[in-house]
Amino acid sequence: MAERSHAPDQSDTGAAPNSRAETAAHLRHLLETEGEAIHTQTSVSNYRRAQAYDETDNLDALRTEARAIKEDAIDRLPELIETVREAVEANGGTVYVADDAADANAYVADVVEDRAGVDDPEAATRGEEGEAGDSDGNRPSVVKSKSMTTEEIDLNDALEAAGIDVTETDLGEWVLQVADDTPSHIVGPAMHLTREEIADLFVEHFDPDVEFDTPETLTKFARDHLGEHIQDADVGITGANFVAADSGTIALVTNEGNARKCAVTPDTHVAIAGVEKLIPSVRDLEPFVDLIAKSATGQPLSQYVTMLSPPTDSPTVDFESPDEPLGGDDGTAAANRDREFHLVLLDNGRTDMREDDQLRETLYCIRCGACSNSCANFQSVGGHGFGGETYSGGIATGWEAGVHGRDSAAEFNDLCTGCTRCVDACPVKIDIPWINTVVRDRVNRDDDPEAYDFLVDGLTPDDEPDGFDLGKRFFGNIATVTKLGSATAPLSNWLGDTELVRSLLERTLGIDRRRDLPTFERQSLVDWFAARGGERESRRRAAAADLEEQTAELDREVVLYPDIYTNYVDTDRGKAAVRTLEALGVPVSVPDLPESGRAPLSQGMVATADRQASRVYAALAEDLDAGRDVVVIEPSDLAAFQREYERFLPERSFERLRDNSYEICEFIFGLLENGADRDALSTGDGDGDGDGDGNRSIAYHSHCQQRTLDLEAPTTTLLERCGYAPRTSSVECCGMAGSFGYKREYYEVSMDVGDRLAREFDHGGTDLVVASGTSCGDQLEALLERDVPHPIEVLAPNSAV
Amino acid sequence: MTTDTVGRFERSLDELAVSVEFTSTADATDRLDAILEPPAVGVSLPFDDVSLPERVAAEPTAAELADARTGITPATFAIAEYGTVAIESRAAGDEPISLYPEHHVAVVAATDIVPDIGAGFDRLADRFAAGGDSIVFATGRSATADMGGLVHGVHGPGEVTVVVLEDR
Repeated sequence: MAERSHAPDQSDTGAAPNSRAETAAHLRHLLETEGEAIHTQTSVSNYRRAQAYDETDNLDALRTEARAIKEDAIDRLPELIETVREAVEANGGTVYVADDAADANAYVADVVEDRAGVDDPEAATRGEEGEAGDSDGNRPSVVKSKSMTTEEIDLNDALEAAGIDVTETDLGEWVLQVADDTPSHIVGPAMHLTREEIADLFVEHFDPDVEFDTPETLTKFARDHLGEHIQDADVGITGANFVAADSGTIALVTNEGNARKCAVTPDTHVAIAGVEKLIPSVRDLEPFVDLIAKSATGQPLSQYVTMLSPPTDSPTVDFESPDEPLGGDDGTAAANRDREFHLVLLDNGRTDMREDDQLRETLYCIRCGACSNSCANFQSVGGHGFGGETYSGGIATGWEAGVHGRDSAAEFNDLCTGCTRCVDACPVKIDIPWINTVVRDRVNRDDDPEAYDFLVDGLTPDDEPDGFDLGKRFFGNIATVTKLGSATAPLSNWLGDTELVRSLLERTLGIDRRRDLPTFERQSLVDWFAARGGERESRRRAAAADLEEQTAELDREVVLYPDIYTNYVDTDRGKAAVRTLEALGVPVSVPDLPESGRAPLSQGMVATADRQASRVYAALAEDLDAGRDVVVIEPSDLAAFQREYERFLPERSFERLRDNSYEICEFIFGLLENGADRDALSTGDGDGDGDGDGNRSIAYHSHCQQRTLDLEAPTTTLLERCGYAPRTSSVECCGMAGSFGYKREYYEVSMDVGDRLAREFDHGGTDLVVASGTSCGDQLEALLERDVPHPIEVLAPNSAV
Repeated sequence: MTTDTVGRFERSLDELAVSVEFTSTADATDRLDAILEPPAVGVSLPFDDVSLPERVAAEPTAAELADARTGITPATFAIAEYGTVAIESRAAGDEPISLYPEHHVAVVAATDIVPDIGAGFDRLADRFAAGGDSIVFATGRSATADMGGLVHGVHGPGEVTVVVLEDR
């Protein structure tokens, strides 16, 4: 295994404070050196991907179809391996199923030595000219097109060690080969390097005659240099984006054309693919071919989709016999040279992944990089930070855990904040945040298999097991912490402000001292509601609302879910929600309900979250049966109800809660749609008729998980309806992401992401700025140094905002 | 094929900066001769009464391939939706001839232009069933963004022209 040149220095003890500092230093270095180039490229690809998706009418049907094909193929994998073996052999090729990296590498080296005419591989290794290699006495040579699977098995190192010259022909991969660097992105492997850096690299290595002042001069130099290698190569090695089993067809998706040249120019073609690349037939390629360029870069279709069933009839091109005709219609001459084809199917942990109910989904991945591009943290640090030994981005957690082991996944897994923006981007609908949560849970259990998921209602366990991440335990139990903080306010707030406590929190829990801590309210929202007369008082107020007509659609009762932040820290938005609902004639109850499980989920405490889901459902079941609506202010808690609970609750329970729970602004919008009067609310200056005249400008950042639930639009439409002119953000996530931005090792990444959001909102500076998520609001308040309320606080009757 | 499909194909090619030329079968050889930049190599065309211009090497050697500025091949079919031409990888050398020279000229019959990718895969499946086994969907010009900006003409052609035989 080659060392990643970007791996952080690991202290040999791995003691927690050191590794936090080391991780922080490593990420800071990447932010400074590679962040800008990565952000430029990934954000553009992400924007174009979103556009391409919007312009594709049948997008969801395509994604569903692609996923179904993958599900079926992985389900039938052993059968498809036999099918492809028969098909390739019938075509005249060979199939080799390699158990692991060493097995695959040894097989490929044997093929190359055999085809290059090496009798004594040892001699080739020694580089003895005239005794080894092909007829002209050179070392055997291989040209390669881009393949992450060959990165996974470190094929190049293995072939070089066997005395074989390897040349990458994808320009990005070749740059990395020259620089002895590793891919920072699974699609754009060299995107962390600028044109100037590549030019310097080429000048240093090749001392060329031309001046590299444009991308064109660099590209021409690379093309000419690599063209010679392709002409001279003994063997061409490609990956495969897909393999159609029934015809033995390899599908290669490229833009440059190098894979085509590698596959058909030399007389020997080796294609290396993970076993998961098998799909039943060429007809099944259609949705993938239609989707992959859109999801990767926003292109409608890639330049070249090569579907070869090798060995092909295409004539080999022997530049050493320049005067011999290539082929001819009758397939004479060079076309008859004996072409060889080897399909190497790599297992390397994939069979185990297939058996693993949680990791299996990873095998549906088509490696388009959309999850990386849509990830705010990835956009800041790139794959050298948000990546393991080979793979990078959100899905890499599944790949690394499966092919290299959990340690490789553990290195970067915490950079996934569970924001879910990749969920809409993934062309095969993989629940990437869930895979990250599951692997985090397993990593936690590796650290301490016995005592990880302690009861959420308990405080700290009596003994602290070795290796246990105290910070994760703290944030996973934030409900208990917050309850205590509120009960002891204002003492808890004063303590939280002292240098001694902040230093202690940083050392023990890893909470960065540069981050403001939340200020606890002494009186919780639940207590406030009870003290004001509870449900009976709310009924009275709702009935007193001056309603012109009471339709059936407006005859609703609401249970307002008191998420822990609304309940203990930001009670104002809860009070605003209660008053708004009552003003529209809807009575409210605010019972003391269990924490949703979002907090433990974000720390990878799956069993605890599962238990919380059951508790929440049990506490709400009677209200749901009574036909009451559950209204949620904090989008991450609503997302737990509507996404993750599917994995925790019986189907009927999940659907019942999902179908009857609403985001607060979505619910208010629904009331207005059904005839409720907007004049009961605090409206902006405009008349809300849609022409925007006189509307008060307002900047609105929707919560990441809210966007994934498609719930950004109801808030913006509601604001428009109420006489505001909302301006939304293009940044996928605020960077705070619950606990992420508090953590010492991630504070700077969090601020880098947040800065981009703040810059979008900062110009002019006169806008009112609102955000739906607590942590988004905290982040924006820290960056903009102004109040950032929830939209409901702006819209509530008699709002002072 | 409908007029609409051909129009859609033309618009797609325009977005890809691929030139498109319409010609009758009778004029096709002259038109190809006007388009090509010598030296040129090509694959003999499977359309009755359409032959390669005389100055095109029809069964090129490796040296002729390496020196060629233009490569002429037939396209088995084309996909209007994306401006794609389907090039078969045959013994005649369609694959290297469409790939190595700087300028690729693809010749397609108007009736072989299908509306969308679904119809394209229908044609592909038909060809596979009839004994074909290797087809490239080529869409636009070879491109890379790996060198700090979008550049066309990397390993494949930087210029592409599609010649549509209107009466075929």
